[in-house]
Amino acid sequence: MTIHRDDLGDKFGMWLFIFTELLLFGMLFVVYAVYRSMHPEAFRIGGQELDVAMGAINTVILLVSSMTVAMSLTAMQKGDKTKCLQLLGATLLLAVIFLVNKYFEWGTKFEYGLVPGSETLQELGHGTILFFGLYFFMTGVHALHILIGIGLFIFVIVKVKKGDVHKTDYIWIENTGLYWHLVDLIWIFLFPLFYLIH
Amino acid sequence: MSEENTQKHKSFLEYQGKYKGILGWILSTDHKRIGLLYLYTMLFFFSLAAIIGLLMKTQLIAPGHTIMGPQTYNSLFTLHGIIMIFIIVIPGLPAVFGNFFLPIMIGAKDVAFPRINLLSWWVYIIGIMIVLTSQFLGDGPPDTGWTFYAPYSFRTPTNVLPAVFGAFVMGFSSILTGINFVVTIHRMRAPGMSWLKMPLFPWTLYGTAWIQILATPVIGITLLLIIAERTLGIGFFDPALGGDPILYQHLFWIYSHPAVYIMILPAMGVISEVIPVFSRKGIYGYKAIVLSTMAIAFVGYFVWGHHMFTSGMSGRALYTFSFLTFLVAIPSAIKVFNWVATMHKGSIHMHTPFYWAVSFLFVFMIGGLSGLVLGSLATNVHLHDTHFVVAHFHFIVFGGTGFAFMSALHYWFPKMFGRKYDEVWANLGWGVFFMGFLSLYLPMFLLGMRGMPRRYYDYLPEFHGANIASSLGAWVMVAGILIIFANLIWSARHGKKTSEKNTWGGKTLEWQVDTPPSLENFDEIPTITKQPYDYSDHSEKLNQ
Amino acid sequence: MTNDEKTHIVPYKTQITVLIVLIILTAISVAVTQLEFGNMNTLVAMVLAGTKSFIVLAWFMHLKYEKKLFPIMVTSVVILFLLVLFVTFFDYSYR
Repeated sequence: MTIHRDDLGDKFGMWLFIFTELLLFGMLFVVYAVYRSMHPEAFRIGGQELDVAMGAINTVILLVSSMTVAMSLTAMQKGDKTKCLQLLGATLLLAVIFLVNKYFEWGTKFEYGLVPGSETLQELGHGTILFFGLYFFMTGVHALHILIGIGLFIFVIVKVKKGDVHKTDYIWIENTGLYWHLVDLIWIFLFPLFYLIH
Repeated sequence: MSEENTQKHKSFLEYQGKYKGILGWILSTDHKRIGLLYLYTMLFFFSLAAIIGLLMKTQLIAPGHTIMGPQTYNSLFTLHGIIMIFIIVIPGLPAVFGNFFLPIMIGAKDVAFPRINLLSWWVYIIGIMIVLTSQFLGDGPPDTGWTFYAPYSFRTPTNVLPAVFGAFVMGFSSILTGINFVVTIHRMRAPGMSWLKMPLFPWTLYGTAWIQILATPVIGITLLLIIAERTLGIGFFDPALGGDPILYQHLFWIYSHPAVYIMILPAMGVISEVIPVFSRKGIYGYKAIVLSTMAIAFVGYFVWGHHMFTSGMSGRALYTFSFLTFLVAIPSAIKVFNWVATMHKGSIHMHTPFYWAVSFLFVFMIGGLSGLVLGSLATNVHLHDTHFVVAHFHFIVFGGTGFAFMSALHYWFPKMFGRKYDEVWANLGWGVFFMGFLSLYLPMFLLGMRGMPRRYYDYLPEFHGANIASSLGAWVMVAGILIIFANLIWSARHGKKTSEKNTWGGKTLEWQVDTPPSLENFDEIPTITKQPYDYSDHSEKLNQ
Repeated sequence: MTNDEKTHIVPYKTQITVLIVLIILTAISVAVTQLEFGNMNTLVAMVLAGTKSFIVLAWFMHLKYEKKLFPIMVTSVVILFLLVLFVTFFDYSYR
């Protein structure tokens, strides 16, 4: 069978996949909106429990990583393999740092017992239970996407090294980039909705 | 004919790929083989779920305990629902006939992502396996119904987790198929096939694929939330923790109502293919059908609330959803009008696919109109969760999608297998099936109106008469299914071989390729100049 | 099929500029929460987040340079989501 190659088609497929992700998180935002409208005060207090500085740092990390992955595509299009690899490596590193931060952030919440099912939370009332339930679930699903992203980056770096991805065939970088920007997009909304409620 | 040329024309059934035997099927990326893989899987599970349905109807033949107790009945209707909905009708027509015929009908050699297509089948199989483990492991099979309503779905001790997780996994399969079809239709139509020269089955697949992409993630996240609720006690749907169980119903139906259109749209596509061919007449109002397809896909996204009229939504939500539900009936009615108008003054050729198509019209009308009864608020309060609802959705899902599936199977069978089936037996099977179908489901309307609730293994003595008719109908219908399947399975193996390209006098591209199609479908990609249903040559002949 | 679609290479400079704008917007949204707008706070936060995601979509995700179909699809999906949210609140706003 002849090899069928259609870069625009591949990108099209990736966008369709991104739509599914948007709606997946979209429904979580619906859940969020419903419960916040029911318990505005508890959500405000819950938001103050979260560390704005930590959240802001993670936002900047993701934004920078979005730029580096976008730049890696430019580098590959210009044929600069070394630079492309460096930029992809930088993105990978930033993704890992994000998760490390998340780990410590979650750890603090566990110390205080602000975990779904814990007794501390039971005493704090319905709104707070829902707030922290949403916080853990939404950032958890988001972190899962970061993990998948890390896997993808490793895969693409290997492909670039082997020369499967090169100056005229860089759809893997492009699509991985699109996925990563999506992860960034979600975080752009998660950050104000959880950390910046006032 | 040169050696190379015969190789090229070898049917996809015989083509020797990289792997031999069964591996040549389950590892094949050929869209036609994948379509058949889905077909075999579905026929197997359909038979299983039909037997379960038969057992349930047998239990209901008399009040009280006849062959099973309440817990068995609860787990059987749950399993029947899960198999029929998630394994059969949601993938249904797109996965079998979409995979097989979409590329051929738009003049392509395969779908856009053949390997993802195969992956989609594997994900589907893995999902099925996970669902089935729920029957054997843990504390007994789930008894929630296929809807997994909260809070019962995380309170029941039965083994709900694998069923929910399996349905979640199968969602991926659906999404992958959807992505594949949208990209295929956008990027791989033959030269000259503009959007409005595309046949209607691909058009409905296009609408369906968009729903698959945009609605399936909703059920994905909802099922994940149920899993989190069961394992972590996260509290989103648990009233004891401040959650709102009605929100679960919202999320569930935001997917599951569009899912009804995932089931019915391709069925409408099949009917739009079959009716013009056997009427030897171009489809009436091609553009209206295209537009109404897309309208259904869009409006169908906003009517989910009509499943929840008695759940306790606000009054404003109630009449909004009721209004939108009435809106979505319009495009369906437009289609029915167009099909009937297509037959008007056509030169009708009576063959098995056409029998199925016209009986589709009949049962679809009953199903659709009873849907309006349920869509209006006042009558819904009376009929909600009664057998009326069961009758309604079996008329739509089984009568709609099921009849169209049978029509498609009989229509494309010679093309798919290169053999003919016995039409006398096929027609007999249709007749028995159709009678059984009506006798099974029509009494349910009456039972529902008189107040017999659904999902109970028992009923009051005054419902006995209609239940006898219904249960007997179930046996007749299953007899019909047996005749149909026996005929088709025998014919697929021993039927008269045929290499006739155009069995029924169709005009679409699949009737211009080899029977059965070769591996790459086309030697040369055709250039399209005409409308898909151009029977002008035929009407000229008639007028002379 | 050949790959003859024209590709637009986004220069590094543009990408750095985009990042700087995004970080500034983040800083603004953090700073704004310290002020008191009452109910407007959420709206301001959402407008800022919306702007940021628009920038990411247009430049980082190349929508600015793609065929028209892509931005149209993205817009439609966003509208679909907002409509679902809107219709859901027919229930919750009037209970």
